[in-house]
Amino acid sequence: MLQTTDLQFTYGKNALLRFPDILLQQGEHWLLLGESGSGKTTLLHLLGGLLSPQQGKICIGDTDIAQLSASRLDQFRGQHIGIVFQKSHFIRSLTVAENLLLAQKLAHAPLDRARVASLLERLQLGHKMHSKPSQLSIGEQQRAAIARALINQPNLILADEPTSALDDHNSAAVATLLEEEAKAAGATLLVVTHDKRLKDRFPQQIQLAAL
Amino acid sequence: MNLLQLSWKNLVNKPLAMLLSLVLFGLGVGLISLLLLVNKQLEDKFEKNLAHINLVIGAKGSPLQLILASMYHIDSPTGNIAIDKVKAFLNPRNPFVKTAVPLSLGDSYRGFRIVGTTAAFFNLYAAKIAKGKTFAQVMEVVAGAGAAQELGLNVGSTFKSSHGFIVDDNLVHADAERFYLVGILEPTGTVADQLLLTPAQSIWAVHEHGASHSGAGADDHSIRPLTNYLDKNITSVLLQFKGRNVQTLNMQRSINENTDLQAATPALEISRLYSMMGIGADALRWIALVIMAVSGLSIFISLYSSLQDRKYELALMRTLGASPLKIFSLIVLEGQLLAVMGFAIGIMLSHTGMQWIAGAMKNQYRYAFSSWIWLPEEGILLAAALGIGLLAAILPAIQASRTDISTTLASE
Repeated sequence: MLQTTDLQFTYGKNALLRFPDILLQQGEHWLLLGESGSGKTTLLHLLGGLLSPQQGKICIGDTDIAQLSASRLDQFRGQHIGIVFQKSHFIRSLTVAENLLLAQKLAHAPLDRARVASLLERLQLGHKMHSKPSQLSIGEQQRAAIARALINQPNLILADEPTSALDDHNSAAVATLLEEEAKAAGATLLVVTHDKRLKDRFPQQIQLAAL
Repeated sequence: MNLLQLSWKNLVNKPLAMLLSLVLFGLGVGLISLLLLVNKQLEDKFEKNLAHINLVIGAKGSPLQLILASMYHIDSPTGNIAIDKVKAFLNPRNPFVKTAVPLSLGDSYRGFRIVGTTAAFFNLYAAKIAKGKTFAQVMEVVAGAGAAQELGLNVGSTFKSSHGFIVDDNLVHADAERFYLVGILEPTGTVADQLLLTPAQSIWAVHEHGASHSGAGADDHSIRPLTNYLDKNITSVLLQFKGRNVQTLNMQRSINENTDLQAATPALEISRLYSMMGIGADALRWIALVIMAVSGLSIFISLYSSLQDRKYELALMRTLGASPLKIFSLIVLEGQLLAVMGFAIGIMLSHTGMQWIAGAMKNQYRYAFSSWIWLPEEGILLAAALGIGLLAAILPAIQASRTDISTTLASE
């Protein structure tokens, strides 16, 4: 489902990053481990179509996203990939529910208020639907960010250090949530982390070597 | 949740920044639009009231004052002239004069000017009688539509005039005969609407009460041509010529040089007045343009500084599938929203201001201005406002659309 071949990336004229080939099947849950500076975030951004590789293929389903035009890539990303970041960012002027609706809108999906409500309900955020993101606790914010990543039922969920800012309790809750929701949606999940608390939960792991 | 709603919410999220931009923009637009409104209406009034009058003859003094007092009824008369001196112009057989309208000014009733004249006055302003009849006897009055309405006068009403143009009970001609209203004019959109018109003989009758009843006395209420009263005074004569020729062109100069009368050309004096007012209007216009420019700058600064704040948001929107063009449009839309709202505020300010000015003008000069007319120039102003909004937003929008998602998101 997700397959990379011979992926290379370089920031300007600096060190060239070579990534090992990856093959993830539909519905699998993987952990991407590596020390700081090993290129984890770069790889995640490549897989999410936020960066374009200098060389190599990134196939998601049947699409090599390295070959897509910029506008097709934007569209593909919105429709097929859900990304959860370390710090959850929101459109601050919108409520939690409106943030999710905007995600549907930007992915050219039909606006489905019922799905927004039921998803937030399932993530125990029903009562915060009409709050501004700034009024949520850190744990709630991360749950809301997961809700946004899931709203368009993506095939691939990428999570960049989703737990590193959280305490043990919230960390476990968020990890469980990611697993459950990915499973429910039948999506492939790749969690990038150096959080040791997650290592035991995900048996399938990719280790990035330090440069 | 479309782009317009999103940009609106983004603006509302920073109410103070929005307020500043809107106040500045509104002031700039308001000032310019108010200038346009006042200018347009003043010009309209001046044009309409020119009434094809070629020359005004009166006592020596300021030519502009003579014109303002005799044609626009907003200044004091320059003095009196003897009918004997102007009888040639009043003679219907004068080969150059098409119409000669004598005016006797100086009295008023509750702030509305009473004009002693002849029936020829009505032809000048194409004024028709709406109610009652025209004056045929001394002390009969025909009221302009606006004056009749404001004063609550109707056919059959009577009143006593007072000396001068201010409202003061001590100045009422208490023992003079009462004026008797016999007719009301249709609205003409000219100065005639604000006047009370009566035969010139009425003015003399009021001022000579108690004195001899010779000439236009209370006993003899019929009106004869003014050339029968060569010893009486009037204020001025409005002249329309039959055509332009050397004699009429020379007439003004020869009157001014060879007599103790004064002749003034309305068109000339009014354009002199325009150019005097023009300096002030120019200064105001520049101030308004500077305010507009500053408001554009304030929109630019507020959008630009909000980008720093919002770079994660914008990168986030990109990851959610928004194209760079969409981000660009979002920022441009915010600028346009500010411009449109600022324009709306400005137009409301200017028209409300116009209403206030119209009220003041009416009280002081008995001139009616309307505040809710729309000028084509306001459409141009809207286009200019949108242009400024675009200009202010375009750099921030380009910057925003070029946001590198990956580096922005990785730099947390």
